[in-house]
Amino acid sequence: MNWAENGPTRREVLRAIGMMAGTAVLYQAMEVLGHAKETQFAGPPNLQGARPGTKVIVLGAGLAGMLAAYELGKAGYDVQILEYNNRPGGRNWSLYGGDTYTELGGATQKVGFAPGNYLNPGPWRIPYHHRALLHYCKKFGVALEPFIQMNQQALVHSAKAFGGKPMRYRELHADWDGNVAELLSKAIDNRGLDSVLTKDDADRLRLALREWGALDQDFKYTKNYRSSRRRGFERAQGGGVLGEPIPSEPYPFKDIMDSGIWRVVAQHMNLDHQHSMFQPVGGMGMIGRGFAKQVEGKIRFNQKVTSISQQGGKVTVTHTDTGSGVTGTTEADYCVCTIPLSVLSQIDVDCSPGLDAAIHAVPYSNSVKVGLEFKRRFWEEEEAIYGGISFTDREISMISYPSGKLHSDGPAVILGAYTFGPASYKFAGMPPEERIARALEQGSVFHPGRYKEEFIGGATVAWSRSPFTLGCCAQWNEDTRKEHYQTLVAVDNRLVLAGEHASYVGCWMEGAILSSLDAITRLHKRALEA
Amino acid sequence: MRFVLLAVTLTLGLIAGPALAQKPAKPAPTPHPGAEVYQNICQACHMANAMGGEGAGRIPALAKNGALEAAAYPIMVVTGGKGAMPWFRGLLTDQQIADVINYVRTNFGNKYKDKVTPALVAELGVPAPKGGNREQ
Repeated sequence: MNWAENGPTRREVLRAIGMMAGTAVLYQAMEVLGHAKETQFAGPPNLQGARPGTKVIVLGAGLAGMLAAYELGKAGYDVQILEYNNRPGGRNWSLYGGDTYTELGGATQKVGFAPGNYLNPGPWRIPYHHRALLHYCKKFGVALEPFIQMNQQALVHSAKAFGGKPMRYRELHADWDGNVAELLSKAIDNRGLDSVLTKDDADRLRLALREWGALDQDFKYTKNYRSSRRRGFERAQGGGVLGEPIPSEPYPFKDIMDSGIWRVVAQHMNLDHQHSMFQPVGGMGMIGRGFAKQVEGKIRFNQKVTSISQQGGKVTVTHTDTGSGVTGTTEADYCVCTIPLSVLSQIDVDCSPGLDAAIHAVPYSNSVKVGLEFKRRFWEEEEAIYGGISFTDREISMISYPSGKLHSDGPAVILGAYTFGPASYKFAGMPPEERIARALEQGSVFHPGRYKEEFIGGATVAWSRSPFTLGCCAQWNEDTRKEHYQTLVAVDNRLVLAGEHASYVGCWMEGAILSSLDAITRLHKRALEA
Repeated sequence: MRFVLLAVTLTLGLIAGPALAQKPAKPAPTPHPGAEVYQNICQACHMANAMGGEGAGRIPALAKNGALEAAAYPIMVVTGGKGAMPWFRGLLTDQQIADVINYVRTNFGNKYKDKVTPALVAELGVPAPKGGNREQ
């Protein structure tokens, strides 16, 4: 290594720091140099030395609550969890065949999916950089497999383009890049970029555009072997007599513009949707089950919390058994409350006026998911679509093909709707069977002649009608963050809040995990100081 | 069989077409402009019958709701949100907000006579928050 002559590469510097000072320093150095940008997870907390007999009551058996109970239990606390549902996991949840779900308003669905098939009503994919969640999945034995986010063979549909015919993502993407490259190269030829580029840089950019956009020798995006290597051939490459491929004709740029393809492409450039992504084998709910095994015997299900008191140097939680209707109280020295603010704001919480205001300041978003089961994987068998997402400007916004059990026979479940904005309210306002019928109708644009014909049955969850959350996720804005966030996360006497709502990784499981770890670390410190 | 049915339908259509167009039955009542807003937005939580629901928490019933008597209250809640309910300023126009409040205040067992106008919504409503991106 001769740094004086050539200057060290970044890798060489990192290796040197790693050898001299261990991985913690290496990690910090990586952060400074701009690598390893992930959510804030520096490893599990190592909480130790709880005063014997100190009790902690955890409210909510979602990921935040169960993790709090696990880590505090390890530290020596006597922990108990109260949960409203009759299952662990909270929003981490999968609906399987045989499951029954009753939403607010009373509509009940009996899920009829074949064994192994499922709908993930809540979270459904894990970014590779959600290191805290990935850490605990490994630690708790939750098997993961790839989640296929982007699939160039999937379809993009817009009512405004191609006469409403869905087109291959691959073709639209290639034609978008090709046309933009050609236009930029024209701008260089017309000296349109002279004010911002030197002659040398303009020449280099021109060559780069030819490579990036698959342009021909004349810097045009045209029908040829080169562009077809991106967008696909009219006749694919083969063997023997007819082996020679026939190039395909790019679409007119106006149609590409109308398709809005850049929105889909840009979505996949977002940090949260970049490869690699993961999902648990067998459904997202496997994470909740995996966590629950670690706190076995500590969860009391079917408990509806009605008040939290901090009087008399202790925490007293009043809760009603939703089965028997019997109301009781549980006392503890401390409380970790992971109840969503949508519900907590309706519970009598004995806390500072500031925390009370924060609890009441954050509304919840809404979303609807619909799972549709089909007799077979016609999208794989006939169209070679293996996982990934087809996008539409219809209300369902997308359909997602299963990433698990690829290339298998038998029935499979497509995520048939994942709504945003006004469409979520519209869908949630319908009875479940109407949501399913509408998702089937709208999604059939992608696979006419198959979608409705091979449909078996569906399941749907409208989060605004979810009995245990009354919504999807905490919906912060700039003002509420400024005014309430720090108060919301602060330890309030013997109480601390945790969950995705107490994080900046809102609506992701990682947010719940990181919030929980931070909350219990501070609560533990408080307990030791008391 | 399908052919026969089709033929019958066509025949009936030809004969009944003009007659149906002039059908003297009472004209369909014009739907309240707020009804569509209610169906597309509000009933996602408050339910089609405006009875709300109860789980770990409660979604209040709008039916026979005494809190709707002072129009300023629903204006503040719909524009600014309350508890789990998000703000709807920005998603709905002041006209739509006025329409849906008028609809709820005169249906579902509510009989409040005074009308809410877009001007009143503009005057009493809460502004949409900054950076309040609704999408997750």
